[in-house]
This record gives sequence, structure tokens and C-alpha cells, in this order.
Amino acid sequence: MLVKVFVTPRKGILDPQGRAVEQSLKSLGFGGVGAVRVGRYIVLELDVPNIDQAREAIRRMCDQLLTNPNIEDYTFEIEPGEGGPR
Amino acid sequence: MKWGVVRFPGSLDDADALWALGQVMGQEARALWHKDEDLGDVQCVVLPGGFSYGDYLRCGAIARFAPIMKSVVRFANHGGLVLGICNGFQILCEAHLLPGALTRNADLKFITRDLRLRVENARTAWTRAYSGGDQIVVPLKSGEGAYAADPGTLAGLEASGLVVLRYADGNPNGSAAAIAGVCNAAGNVVGLMPHPEHAVDSLTGPSADGLGFFASVVAGVAA
Repeated sequence: MLVKVFVTPRKGILDPQGRAVEQSLKSLGFGGVGAVRVGRYIVLELDVPNIDQAREAIRRMCDQLLTNPNIEDYTFEIEPGEGGPR
Repeated sequence: MKWGVVRFPGSLDDADALWALGQVMGQEARALWHKDEDLGDVQCVVLPGGFSYGDYLRCGAIARFAPIMKSVVRFANHGGLVLGICNGFQILCEAHLLPGALTRNADLKFITRDLRLRVENARTAWTRAYSGGDQIVVPLKSGEGAYAADPGTLAGLEASGLVVLRYADGNPNGSAAAIAGVCNAAGNVVGLMPHPEHAVDSLTGPSADGLGFFASVVAGVAA
């Protein structure tokens, strides 16, 4: 399977990168731009027997290493494996 | 007193910490290799500043799982004295030996500046040589030094007197409540963003004010 993890700073945590990007977008003339948060996108290949085990493993990976739960939120998507390289 | 300064790949200020301990304080100090599982006869551990594992993923996120850290965590949980400086503070937070987290400086700039700090808690093993309210001048040298924690944790830190050090001249990096350093409930583990090992001699630093951190421990043992 291919796992895609999206990590973002928790709302309420100061995100100076997000704010800098927001200001840049606005000064480029894009209207309607609201709050921006800049995070991290992690892709990993995972070979476990079933999707429930995958979800459980990914949650533990996120809690232990991939994110800092004090300051970050995460979501993830799982794509079933396909033959051949991606 | 036997001191150990952990050396991770990318640690930078381990050398200055060893200098401060060995040459300035006349202590027995050696480097602890990140792959070692054993602290040996070390009685006091310093996690130094730098960019362990390139700050990959998050500062300290990978160092936290280095083999040596199993021993450091066990040592700390049994009351062992641990000081985390800058990247060391980040590692202690990632390892949950200290609450909260260090995040990117509010203005996004890496700050290298000699700063006035106020010692808020002079009761820990690492700060007994100071008096509460003392102002010391110690360099700050970091890009991710903004201390962050949820409101409940922050309130708990203040109520329990676990804030060890605060920025005394404004807030250079957007740290919550201008917090520069904290300790755990037992006071054996202290983390701070500024670098006391860079303030041990007025010839090479802004002051010798940083010596108090190390002197506190030495005096505590002698007492």
C-alpha cells in the first residue's frame, strides 16, 4: 500500500511560516486568501496484511515519530498496492 | 563528579560543553556516543546544542530514539541529573522528559544574540547556584526556539514553578510567556534554549554567568 500522511501545525499554535506564506499570497494579489498553515507531507510504502492493521500502524507511527501531537495534527490516506514502481 | 555529554550525528556544541565542564570547571567529563546503550559511570548528563540528525523531520525527533536515549530516559526517571541545551532541550521535549515543544522562531529568523535572562526557579539541582530573580547574560543561538504548550500545560508550569528561565528583555522568538527554560516536577531535568556553555569566560563570551548551571550541580554533590 501507499500511505500519504499530511501533517499540519495545530490551529492555535503560532505558525510563522504559514503567516509568511499568507502575506506573500496576498501581496501577489490573490484575493480571498485566509489563514494558511504550512505542514509536511510524508509518503511511505507499507506492506502489512490488511487495511485495519495498516491504519493502526500508521497511527502509532504518527504518534511516536512522524508528528509531535503537542503541536501538530495529521490525517492520512491509504492507497491499495499496485504492481510495479510508482 | 563524572559528566557525560551526548554526541549525536550533527551535535555542534558538545565540544564547548566538554570544555566548560572539563577545562573551566575542572570536572571529569567525556563524550557519550549516540550508539552506546550504557551511560557507564556517568553521574550527570548533558544533551548539547546543534543540529542532531540535521533537524530532519523535527528538531530532536530522531535523536530522541537514539540508542543512548533509552539509558538517558531511564536515568532521568530515576532522578538522574540531565541538562538539555538548545537542541538538547528540543530532544528532552520530544522524549517527553519535559512538557511542551519548541517551534520555529516567530519572525522566522535564526537568532544569534547575547540576551539577558531571569532565573525564575533557583531551586533545581541545575540552578541552586543562582538566586531567584538573578539576571544573567547568556547567548541564544537558534532558529526553532519558540516554546509552545497548550494553555493547561502552561498554567501548570507557572503554578508549579517549573519555569526555570525567562527572557528578561522582551521576547526574542515568540516563546509562550517568554519562557527560555523549564524543568520537570522533580527538578532533576532542566531544558533551556540559551547556551550556558558559551558564557563561561568573559574573554570568549558575554559573561561567565553560564557557569552557575554547572556549579550548582558540583556544589550540590559537595554539600
